[in-house]
Amino acid sequence: MVQYASGRLDASFAALSDATRRGVLERLGRADASITDLAVTFHMTLTGMRKHVGVLEQAELVTTEKVGRVRTCRLGPRRLEEETAWIERYRHLWDSRLDELDKVVEELKRKEKVDGLNARE
Amino acid sequence: MDSTRESEPTLMKNKATVERKSERELVVTRTVDGPARIVFEAWTKPELLERWWAPKSFPISLLSCETDVRVGGRYRLVFGYEGSTMEFFGRYLEVTPHSRLVWTNDEGDDGGTVTTVTFEDTGGKTLLVVHDLYPSKEALDDAIASGSTSGMPEALEQLDELLVTLGASEGRS
Repeated sequence: MVQYASGRLDASFAALSDATRRGVLERLGRADASITDLAVTFHMTLTGMRKHVGVLEQAELVTTEKVGRVRTCRLGPRRLEEETAWIERYRHLWDSRLDELDKVVEELKRKEKVDGLNARE
Repeated sequence: MDSTRESEPTLMKNKATVERKSERELVVTRTVDGPARIVFEAWTKPELLERWWAPKSFPISLLSCETDVRVGGRYRLVFGYEGSTMEFFGRYLEVTPHSRLVWTNDEGDDGGTVTTVTFEDTGGKTLLVVHDLYPSKEALDDAIASGSTSGMPEALEQLDELLVTLGASEGRS
């Protein structure tokens, strides 16, 4: 069976599982911002925000660049892959669901065969 | 890993495909090994539907499943997860035995997502196409952004949690 949950997707899901981090992505979707800006916007300490940005950076959802004393954050290359990740999860749901359907259909087919044989007696 | 899987048809494992066909459309496609007549039955008889709609590998349970499969008839599915429940309901717009089912999804705020399922018999197998038409581009964008789907919003959120847990327990790769 194909293992769909690669480490890459896992990183994405973990990064997106937090409301603050989703908020940061939304905020960066409007304009680039420094860690300080983000910390203020989300009422967090610099250390707390650095951690969140670090997680997003690891998942390649955000890139940062230090110019002078300011670290600027912007959306990373994975931005467009958010939809892909979601679609992959949705596909997984349907795969699991239809695997169960297969079992039910298999059983109905068997039952029909038996009933058909009995009816001919 | 597990070598004993004689009950599984490993050679011909069917895989679902999901495609965003347009700004408002999401389409799931998969072949099922059985005639359309039987597959359609599994989609329309509540006692059969409830056996597969909530996959066992997901941390949710289907508490009740009522389907009145005729044009204008209503359906209502109630799921349970850790003591709380969620409901999905709507009504059937089209019921064409063995080939086509259309229903509304009325539980959401935006309302108006319409699901069309077609069953195409291809010589003992059935090509299944599940087509979701969202009321607007924004509605589908929102569904994706919030991690929800017309089918099972919370289930997918729980899948998120599950994946995070699995990722954590497997360690970093």
